[in-house]
Amino acid sequence: MTALLEVSGIEKSFGGIRALNGCSLTVERGMIHGLIGPNGSGKTTLFNVLTGYENPDAGEVRLDGVVITGIGPGKVFRLGIGRTFQLTRVFIRLSVLDNMLIAAQHQHKWLRSALRSPGQGGERAKAMELLDFVGIARLAELEAGALSYGQRKLLELAYLLMADPDVLLLDEPAGGVNPTLINQLADKIKELNSAGKTILVVEHNMEFVMGICGRITVMHQGRALLTDVPAAVRSDPRVLDAYLGGAEDEGLEAEAVRTEGGSK
Amino acid sequence: MAILSAKAKPISKGKAAVVVAAIAVIAVFPLVFTNPAVTEIAIFALMFMATSEAWNGFAGWSGYFSLGHAVFFGVGAYTFAIIANDYKLPAGSGLFLLMPVAGVVAMVAAVLVGAVALRTKRHTFVVITIGVFFIFQLLGYNLSITAGASGLQVPTPYNWNAATFNNPFYYAAAILLGFTVGLYWIIRRSAFGLQLLAIRDDEERAKGLGVPVWRVKLSAFVISSFPVGMAGALFAFLIGQIYPNTVFNPLFDLSWALMTLVGGIGTIAGPLLGGVVLESVQQYLNLYLSNADIYLIVYGVVFLAVMFWMPRGVVPTVGDALRRRRGAGEATIAATNNGGTDSSSEGKATGSLAGVVQEGGK
Ligand SMILES: Nc1ncnc2c1ncn2[C@@H]1O[C@H](COP(=O)(O)OP(=O)(O)OP(=O)(O)O)[C@@H](O)[C@H]1O
Ligand SMILES: [Mg+2]
Repeated sequence: MTALLEVSGIEKSFGGIRALNGCSLTVERGMIHGLIGPNGSGKTTLFNVLTGYENPDAGEVRLDGVVITGIGPGKVFRLGIGRTFQLTRVFIRLSVLDNMLIAAQHQHKWLRSALRSPGQGGERAKAMELLDFVGIARLAELEAGALSYGQRKLLELAYLLMADPDVLLLDEPAGGVNPTLINQLADKIKELNSAGKTILVVEHNMEFVMGICGRITVMHQGRALLTDVPAAVRSDPRVLDAYLGGAEDEGLEAEAVRTEGGSK
Repeated sequence: MAILSAKAKPISKGKAAVVVAAIAVIAVFPLVFTNPAVTEIAIFALMFMATSEAWNGFAGWSGYFSLGHAVFFGVGAYTFAIIANDYKLPAGSGLFLLMPVAGVVAMVAAVLVGAVALRTKRHTFVVITIGVFFIFQLLGYNLSITAGASGLQVPTPYNWNAATFNNPFYYAAAILLGFTVGLYWIIRRSAFGLQLLAIRDDEERAKGLGVPVWRVKLSAFVISSFPVGMAGALFAFLIGQIYPNTVFNPLFDLSWALMTLVGGIGTIAGPLLGGVVLESVQQYLNLYLSNADIYLIVYGVVFLAVMFWMPRGVVPTVGDALRRRRGAGEATIAATNNGGTDSSSEGKATGSLAGVVQEGGK
């Protein structure tokens, strides 16, 4: 297997908070790669850096050997990396169906888009099919702003599938989703993977992660602590430490915050 | 064309009837009301319906609140006056053909303005458009081709029959309105229009899904300057004399914004309704009370009242009410109940001014 995504030495701070602190990891082509770690360990920030929504302070991201850091979300998407958001970002004043159609626009020549009606050429049918898969087809005509959080998560996944990028970055796809749907979600992710997609997935639901991932990276304090197969990750003592050590670290963090506040 | 045939939602009979009735009323209006004072009010009403529609077609749909569209009105007016004078064109109906020329020159100005102003975030954009507006007004006062504060005289067709003098202007304004509404009706149904609405909701996310946001925004901005530039030319021809402050008029953008918000921002019919009502009132007060500024008070009161009772504007609120009464809304209501109500309040204030201006801060 070959490395598709290479992250090396990413640093990213927000004010005094070091969200990423020399984060390095490699995602192999064709892998379902899990990203786990305690709250605040930098998983979402890493996604933001990978997809061009944030510029890192230092470090590099390579896709197929080409540096893609700092090129912006539009270009990253065009290179074939699509993502969902932990806190969903759907177009709240567009209908659910129009949300789907927006994600298909990049497949068309821009000038022609001015004269096309959205949804032509089987796009509408494909959109309905994908909405049906995630179970919200009956809401197609509704404004996306009227959806619940879990439904928005499903819509975001569905429109990402509509956009059809080669690499999918999913930030807690099962969060807020009806538990009866989670197994189906896992199946779909596996299916996408067999169809050739590389998938990087952040998820707190351990059963879900262990069930679908070929590799898992554990993040801790802005760094990749280790990367291994699920069985090895499960039994590694460092992982337990990272999760349980949280309490101690929080104490330290609070200390740091207090010191900072005092120096102002 | 494919756009027209491939539309999923057919136009309702009721809507079609309203459109046909409106066209008929507009067509016969000057034949019934022959008083020149009345037709003049009507000309302004049509002109402001068209320009509000264009303003909404950019600002309402993209969420970029422009307060500088009067620049294109002024550029159109000056283009008209300068060409007519320099080429000593005869004062006749042939001059109406200069309207599209003025519109194109306004588009050139819009490319330049948009290339700068649209690089900024929404809040900054508002401020920049105000700045650009005053730069153009200042140019109007200081350039030699605009003759500064003394303004430009425009050829007036004195040989036209006094009783029907306004009619050619009236029908030119009506054609401008028809063109503008048709243009935005098509855009609203195109993929381009959908992309514009996605930018309004979450620009960065749209970008991250491959929408060419910069091109879409700039195109929408430039397209909207075309009807406004044509209106400027028509205004110059009608009034016969232009000054920097009458065509680069800071109250135009305010009017367009208020007309749009009152009628319903982001809708096709909203700016038309707001335009016809508010502009008619303004012209009426102007004419019969000969008080040029009292309309501002009326605007303020109407605006506050409408925003208080129907924050989305008249058209969306009344439209929803009608649909609910007819029962066509059953499906939507049922779906809302299924869809969980926890977040439904978020979509509520969609059309309001706050909704438009605050979207940028992401
Ligand atoms: N835009 C921001 N501004 C300030 N601080 C931020 C910002 N984004 C992230 N952080 C901080 O960076 C740290 C890492 O956050 P991040 O969201 O990446 O963690 P995470 O691993 O995704 O956590 P979770 O499991 O809770 O989603 C946190 O301390 C967070 O508060
Ligand atoms: Mg996160």
